[in-house]
Amino acid sequence: MIFLLQKTLIFTIPLLIVALAGMYAERSGIINIALDGIMIFGAFVGALIAFVLRKTPFFVDNNQLTFIIAMVVAALAGALFSLLLSFSAIKLKADQTIGGTALNMLAPAIALFVIKIFFSKDQLEMGRAADSSGKMQDFGYVILNDDVGDVGKIFFDKAYISTFIAFALFIILSIFIYKTKTGLRLRSCGEHPQAAASVGIDVNKMRYLGTTISGALAGLGGYIYIATVANGTASGAVAGMGFLALAIMIFGNWKPLGIILGAFLFGFLKCLGVIYSQFDFLKNLNLPMYFYNLIPYIAVLIVLMFTSKRSRAPKAEGIPYDKGMR
Amino acid sequence: MKTNKNSSVAKPSFWRREGVTSVLASLISIVGGLLVGFIVLLLMAAFSDDITVADAFSGAFTVLRGPFAAGSSDNVLFQIGNMLFQSTPLIMTGLSVAVAFKTGLFNIGAPGQYLMGAMGALLVSLSIPTSVVPAWIVWILALLAGTLLGVIWGSIPGFFKAKFNVNEVIVCIMTNWIAANVVSWVFKSTGDTFVNFAETKVNFIRKTVTNNVATPTLGLDKLFGNSYMDISIFIASAIAVVLYVMMNKTTFGYELKACGYNKNASKYAGMNEKRNIVLSMAIAGGLAACGAALWCLNGSQDFKWDTYLTLPADGFNGIPAALLASNNPIGVIFSAVFLKFIGVGGSNLAAQTSFNEYVSPLIVAVIIYFSGFSKYIKDLISKMRKDKPISKLGEPKEEPVKAEAETPAVATKSTEGGSEQ
Repeated sequence: MIFLLQKTLIFTIPLLIVALAGMYAERSGIINIALDGIMIFGAFVGALIAFVLRKTPFFVDNNQLTFIIAMVVAALAGALFSLLLSFSAIKLKADQTIGGTALNMLAPAIALFVIKIFFSKDQLEMGRAADSSGKMQDFGYVILNDDVGDVGKIFFDKAYISTFIAFALFIILSIFIYKTKTGLRLRSCGEHPQAAASVGIDVNKMRYLGTTISGALAGLGGYIYIATVANGTASGAVAGMGFLALAIMIFGNWKPLGIILGAFLFGFLKCLGVIYSQFDFLKNLNLPMYFYNLIPYIAVLIVLMFTSKRSRAPKAEGIPYDKGMR
Repeated sequence: MKTNKNSSVAKPSFWRREGVTSVLASLISIVGGLLVGFIVLLLMAAFSDDITVADAFSGAFTVLRGPFAAGSSDNVLFQIGNMLFQSTPLIMTGLSVAVAFKTGLFNIGAPGQYLMGAMGALLVSLSIPTSVVPAWIVWILALLAGTLLGVIWGSIPGFFKAKFNVNEVIVCIMTNWIAANVVSWVFKSTGDTFVNFAETKVNFIRKTVTNNVATPTLGLDKLFGNSYMDISIFIASAIAVVLYVMMNKTTFGYELKACGYNKNASKYAGMNEKRNIVLSMAIAGGLAACGAALWCLNGSQDFKWDTYLTLPADGFNGIPAALLASNNPIGVIFSAVFLKFIGVGGSNLAAQTSFNEYVSPLIVAVIIYFSGFSKYIKDLISKMRKDKPISKLGEPKEEPVKAEAETPAVATKSTEGGSEQ
């Protein structure tokens, strides 16, 4: 049971943070279909930084520090990359779906192109490197305390430091978008930008802010995904997690509470495909791995079918802001 | 003022024509994409010790020459033949995306529809013995089976959109991954019958030629240096022409487009917009699947069955193919061949220099990014043309006046079109 919860948490965290990323963009009025691409880009840059840093013994011995630096850099990379989307969507009023699709294709192309040039293979493994004594060392596990009892184990045994940072970010940003002046302004730009502009809010600025926060979170989520779920391997793909996060955001009705619920639900379903063989009663069913892989996707469809009626997307999402519409 | 008006009436009737600006916008996107690709090569030359600036220049040249960088004329012919053959599925997925776009739907589900089409075609073409049923009938049945599976698969997002108003992008992406897992599952469970154990290629499905099912080549494969070339690209082109006629000359096509322009208006005009959404996605699904079926039925292709972690690139690349062609079915033929041209250039680049083939998807991605600006570019073009005095257009002064006198109706129409943009 504890094992199951631990695994669920590992899948949940990237989904949670990336779904929140989607929420920030869409609440400001920009459809961010590029979440998947930004995740890939953030993961690639984060892995590259971790790889480069870990050539110095100091950073090999201080795994936690390296991990955090890589997370910050991945977030920055995601934010920068998302500027491509916001620039095309806000400044040039381009179709946001096309822009997002372009980013989704651009990110793996850049990542694979660079990785192959410098490493002569299709993936970059930051997971293993020699420490100062020349011993190969795994990168990632953060064991806070072994002696914490059963409940404590879920959160503190073999938990990644990213888990706590992601939770903290989730809480802070959820409060930010609901309880601060800037958050309210940002949301108003996704609902009725013309009305927002009429009371002096700079719509474009708010949309840039929303998309940039979104990019940073997605980049961070991408790095967390490869560092925790994908064994520290950046390979120009995140197995469609960005799109799953997008679906979770819709499931969560563009609200943090719904998102956290959805992230846990789909994190659980997603991890089933990986760990089902470790449960005897599931193993005895003799169903192939593909069956468990299918569950989250089919669940998304069923959920969307039933939630579409009460689904309330930001009204102005996807529509370029036009001053003349006032 | 008078001359200015003349200039916007006469010559711009060509420059501001929808088709011309679309082509221009696409060309600008392509040039932009190629430039960025070149800059990336230069950057790599700057950062990597093994690569010089001269390599970057020759590399860019290699990409631009596509199959013509293959060396001997035999190789060039061989690569051209393969390029034309490989264009077939891309034309079909491009058409698939284009038809959906015309109805206001974004069909990012082409990869899943493609996989279902491949599965349908392979299952049928390999399980009906050609000793009993003539091979050409099996070929047709396989093509139909693949297409039908695609129709079903494509109508799922259409159904969700029409019935529950769920964003088709999300449903498409879910159906993509479902298809990837279903296809892997089906071939895993039927392993012995379909997997290519004979050539010990256990990751691939048997070639359909082992059951004597193959698309006729009419000697084209010999002509193009024993490549995979067959008549499938002509089939795909014929389908493109049919679609062009359907979209532009029939009531049904008009309804689809009306639905794309304004769903509510078309509903108000008495069209069944929900039916149109489902039908459009069904057609889109069928087209993508048919492309996959044509690819598999070539006979000599290796289809990787354990595909649950990857989606076929040709499915996604239908999006740039459609966008570059401004969703014009005839244009898709050329944009698809062009994309494959760049792709061949990329693999030649990988083979001949220390760069790798990923420069091609990079260029394509940048091209789509720029093609998103097409409206902006079109506006820019028409603005530039409006502002320019006649003398700079290199046109004799009498011409515009004459044109205005002769075809006032056309001229006014074109001005209206311009101001609408």
